[in-house]
Amino acid sequence: MRLMIPAMVATTVALMLAASPFLHRPASTGLAPVPTVPLDAGSFDFRLPGEYLEADWPVDAPKRKVTFRRRFEMMQYQVSAGDYARCVVQGACEALEGSAAASAKLPVTGVSYRDATAYAAWLSASTGENWRLPTDEEWAFAAAERLHDDALGLPRNTANPAERWLARYRAEAGAATRDAEPKPLGHFGLNSKGLADLAGNVWEWTTTCYMRATVSENGEVVDSNENCGVRVVAGRHRGYISTFVRDGRSGGCAAGLPPDNLGIRLVREQPSIIGYVRGMWARTMG
Amino acid sequence: MLTRREALLGTVTGAATAALMTAIPAARAAAEAQPVDMAKLPRERVELVAPPFVHAHRQVATGGPKVVEFQLTVKEQPMVIDDDGTTMQAMTFNGSIPAPMMIVHEGDYLELTLVNPETNEMPHNVDFHAATGALGGAKLLDVNPGEQATMRFKATRAGTFVYHCAPAGMIPWHVVAGMSGTVMVLPRDGLKDETGKPLRYDRIYYVGENEFYIPRDENGNFKNFESLGQSYDETLKLMRGLIPTHVVFNGKVGALTGDNAMKANVGETVLFVHSQANRDTRPHIIGGHGDYVWEQGKFANPPAKDLETWFVRGGSAGAALYTFLQPGIYAYVNHNLIEAAELGATAHIMVDGEWNDDLMTQVRAPALIASY
Repeated sequence: MRLMIPAMVATTVALMLAASPFLHRPASTGLAPVPTVPLDAGSFDFRLPGEYLEADWPVDAPKRKVTFRRRFEMMQYQVSAGDYARCVVQGACEALEGSAAASAKLPVTGVSYRDATAYAAWLSASTGENWRLPTDEEWAFAAAERLHDDALGLPRNTANPAERWLARYRAEAGAATRDAEPKPLGHFGLNSKGLADLAGNVWEWTTTCYMRATVSENGEVVDSNENCGVRVVAGRHRGYISTFVRDGRSGGCAAGLPPDNLGIRLVREQPSIIGYVRGMWARTMG
Repeated sequence: MLTRREALLGTVTGAATAALMTAIPAARAAAEAQPVDMAKLPRERVELVAPPFVHAHRQVATGGPKVVEFQLTVKEQPMVIDDDGTTMQAMTFNGSIPAPMMIVHEGDYLELTLVNPETNEMPHNVDFHAATGALGGAKLLDVNPGEQATMRFKATRAGTFVYHCAPAGMIPWHVVAGMSGTVMVLPRDGLKDETGKPLRYDRIYYVGENEFYIPRDENGNFKNFESLGQSYDETLKLMRGLIPTHVVFNGKVGALTGDNAMKANVGETVLFVHSQANRDTRPHIIGGHGDYVWEQGKFANPPAKDLETWFVRGGSAGAALYTFLQPGIYAYVNHNLIEAAELGATAHIMVDGEWNDDLMTQVRAPALIASY
């Protein structure tokens, strides 16, 4: 019930604001309408991100049932290089290195977490809507059958720590064809929920922080430590990348297989008072 | 690549012939004084294989000197040199960067036929650092498109040696476009430590390092030229600045990672031959060592022991012998780490086997400081 009240207020305010000339004024950003896919409320079993230790030895992360009580919307395609370039032109996003042709057909790549959040803020301000990066849970829920379970399924081996390193390397090497050249939006097809290019060769930033946790034998988290300087990037396999890194291949570790490219796909929040007020504020001031 | 069995065979033969081999320097001097009847020498024709592998060979020679025949065919072709699809107008021997490794024994004759198909644009040749005279044989091997030539040289010095294309007027361009390879001349009785004790390997990997200079367009993106000739001017300008855009192993960023990572097992001894025809480099195995290292690659010198990093001079090939003691993923890098991580000079070695707790153990896993 507590959740319902803001939602009701938001709806009322939205209806009131709908009559306001501000909202009908065409956006000056040159942005085409952003196609989104609604993701209905539901539950799924979610493999927690991060690294887990049981009695000082690495183990697979435990699974948790995650429930989304409200429907949310996610961009059907990753943010294009062309759209990101508009944000750069307006001074709200930092220019990319190498400036690949700012094509509307190619996904933007070579963006850091900071770039991704700056883009979300700009898009929100420009549209009066509330756009943000997804959490790792939201991404996993949306990915459906494209989600790669990063559990190794190995028995806990206290004699040979290298077994997990080798298994992880083999699992991630085997999945990849190592063609990192960005492909046109839609190249990797739709998943069962209608989202395009999930788990292609562009990984997507999420807001979820890196986590190291200690678990008991029955999978209860005993102790945990978050590092929000490193965020989860979701894709063919999970990656953990520092927020300022734009190219996971050079920012990665010496002996792992890093993400091919880093890109952006945003979630649109259901309308809320804050979103509308922020949007109005941005339009009035900007 | 050599199998364990072949390597073991080499060890047995080595013990049997070790005594004979001490007479080699004298025999070499005599052979130089008197003409050898080449017609009477046994001949062997060897098919080359693409790196990082090498053709099957014996570590210890059986019988006397022979003529070993190889063929290289020049292929001028565009090659993709990184994961982003950056394409270089390359020049290659047999289509690989680096060119294949040729292995003979000291006192053998290496006989090369160089073929330059008429579909190519450029004249080519080969300068063998292992050979004596005629600019390393290049003078005898100058072939225009549509020509071929054969040259033979005596392998008088044991070691790992670079070979590369050296056409008049554009040597560096041909080399940085991919035309370099390695010859390994093994001592007839195989590799030895500083006391003369035999050293053998279970596997051999040939890591050829190349640096590339790819011009960029006005937006900073790598240019894709339509032909070799078109790429020449701008590439040369960039080369003169001496700052490469790529430093790679086996011709491409990441060529020796993932499914193509090098492989070994705990307890196996691996010989890594590292070749760079143009620029200094410093191989290092992250988490490992060089047990016996011929930094300059010449086997008449005693190997250095227990090295952390070894220096391979531009224009030479070095050899490092290492027995893996722990399982895991090793990174094999050029330990200028900027070149390794940013420009591409990283390979991986997947090593299976049992962990040795005595060598290393996790005393306590990372945990909150407060919980310590």
